[in-house]
Amino acid sequence: MELIQNLLANQLFFSVIMMAVGLGVIAGVSAPFAILFERKLSGWIQDRIGPNRVGPWGVLQPVADGVKFLMKEDITPAHVDKPVFIMAPFISMIVALIGFAVIPWAGEIHFPWMDEGATVRTQVANLNVGVLYMLSVASLGVYGVVLGAWASNNKYAFYGGIRATAQMISYEVPLGLGVLVVILIGGTLELDKIVYAQAQSGVWNIFLHPVAFVLVLTAAFAETNRTPFDLAEAEQELVGGYHTEYSAMKFAAFFLAEYSHMATNSALVIVLFLGGWAPLPFLSFWSPEHTWWNVGWLAALIKFGCFFGKIAAFLVFYIVIRWTVPRFRFDQLMRLAWKGMVPLAIGALVLQVLMTALGFIIRPERGFAGNLPTVLFALAGNAVLIGLAMFVTARSTREVTGRQDNLPAVGNRNANAKLSGIIQ
Amino acid sequence: MIRDEDIMMVAPPTLTTSDKLYLPQVIAGMRTTLRHMFSVAKRAETTVQYPEQKRKLRVENYRGVHRLNKDPDGRVACVACFMCSTACPAHCIHIEAGESPWPDREKYPVKFDIDELRCIYCGMCEEACPCDAIELTPHYDLVGKSRQEMVFDKEKLLRIFDETKDVKPRKNPPVTDYGLTGGQDKAVARPTAERKV
Ligand code: SF4
Ligand code: SF4
Repeated sequence: MELIQNLLANQLFFSVIMMAVGLGVIAGVSAPFAILFERKLSGWIQDRIGPNRVGPWGVLQPVADGVKFLMKEDITPAHVDKPVFIMAPFISMIVALIGFAVIPWAGEIHFPWMDEGATVRTQVANLNVGVLYMLSVASLGVYGVVLGAWASNNKYAFYGGIRATAQMISYEVPLGLGVLVVILIGGTLELDKIVYAQAQSGVWNIFLHPVAFVLVLTAAFAETNRTPFDLAEAEQELVGGYHTEYSAMKFAAFFLAEYSHMATNSALVIVLFLGGWAPLPFLSFWSPEHTWWNVGWLAALIKFGCFFGKIAAFLVFYIVIRWTVPRFRFDQLMRLAWKGMVPLAIGALVLQVLMTALGFIIRPERGFAGNLPTVLFALAGNAVLIGLAMFVTARSTREVTGRQDNLPAVGNRNANAKLSGIIQ
Repeated sequence: MIRDEDIMMVAPPTLTTSDKLYLPQVIAGMRTTLRHMFSVAKRAETTVQYPEQKRKLRVENYRGVHRLNKDPDGRVACVACFMCSTACPAHCIHIEAGESPWPDREKYPVKFDIDELRCIYCGMCEEACPCDAIELTPHYDLVGKSRQEMVFDKEKLLRIFDETKDVKPRKNPPVTDYGLTGGQDKAVARPTAERKV
């Protein structure tokens, strides 16, 4: 008993426990949950019923899928680069999972048997550059895809890998800029401090920077290779994209990695913009005092529940988006990133810099009402940004069609006559 | 030469500001998605819960598993003319002809195998058969544990006739029996003729 108490009070051991919890939540709960809900919701959205045969309401469907993947023949084609081919899915998987190390699940806990004032953090690693860690791990995610694609020695897989790389490079930029906005708001790179600030003031960062939120969200979609950014596995063009040559458990690893990645990225967006574990906006849910809510273990469980609920809502959102927005064409994808999102993100950044310079700084201890001027200023700035974007897009008369300039103009009779001459 | 009036000019639709900004359109699309997601009644009525519920088929022209028809005397109606196997685009009918033991026809199939896995259920065999001996039935839920099991032989195909003749009676009366065995004569072989056995 003594030993267990001591272990729980020790940050290192507690980190190990959080690691187990984190992995359990992500790989053991979120991913199967996401897979089941993906299939269920996809069905509903298409006016079908979805899986309902395995277990009541189809809840055992992920298990059945897992068993199927285990039993399937694991083919390694003869022409692949074997070590890399085998490694790639697991790199994907590992990278998707290690992002969780810095997610602050539920603030701090003070156990009754601990020294006065001491706490353990519900975080695997309390890095003081948590945001940077998160960003770098998120961009490592593409390595699994690229290595798998390259090692497959298959042109379709290869295209998929190249697309994933180009897309990743482009969407890192708005993602980084959007995250920079959040860093400037709180002046910190520590994820738990970012959450504390939001929870204490009740001003979630989304109320300050909705534009940056949308940009980071979009970039997060692109990072996970989900529709509408799933060009890396566009099955209509590339068979299966980067996982064309993968089967059985290796394919399942890619699959799980995608879902873990979704969960990781939603956790990041939640921490940065949606108040982390804070149950409700506008109210203060944290203060430096050691009350039961701030450091109690029961409160920690509730906070964890809130966080997980937000992740679940996010996964549902991912699925709804998947069935709403059709896949971009590649040039549209690039145009969106470089001509749309990067300028907007720079705008949001400039806005935040202005706010800091003009003294519109969030002071968490003042609560929501005390920070109202800052919020209003930020929202006004965002409205200006959106207005500017609308103005620019309304002024641009060039059609966004992707037609190459050396093709005959649409509706040009002479050119059509020439073409028909060729056909004849 | 493509005639001018055959050329259709298609101008790309002009994008509105909300189109160009993506997001308003995404939100509009999500409304549609969510509407479908919550329309419980619609998906209940569209879905057929297959093994428990079955669709009502049009028995006369549904193209399911084959059967080999029998004539009123219980003999296989096929005369091993190979028309069906010639017509079959999937080359899945294998017939071995033998000399008929009956006086009213020259040949009969000693073996008649259809590979139900290769078959594309096009119904060409049924159309080709001069004596309507091969027909497609409304049965579609056929399963087997091996490929070999899915090659249906003559006995199996005749059995299917016994099983399905109540659901779907044989189309035309037999034309092979020219009155020799005390059955019908040629006059009744017209498609519209009354069958009197
Ligand atoms: S249905 Fe078509 S494919 Fe099948 S056996 Fe008849 S002719 Fe061949
Ligand atoms: S089934 Fe019809 S077409 Fe085929 S061999 Fe027999 S009689 Fe000829």
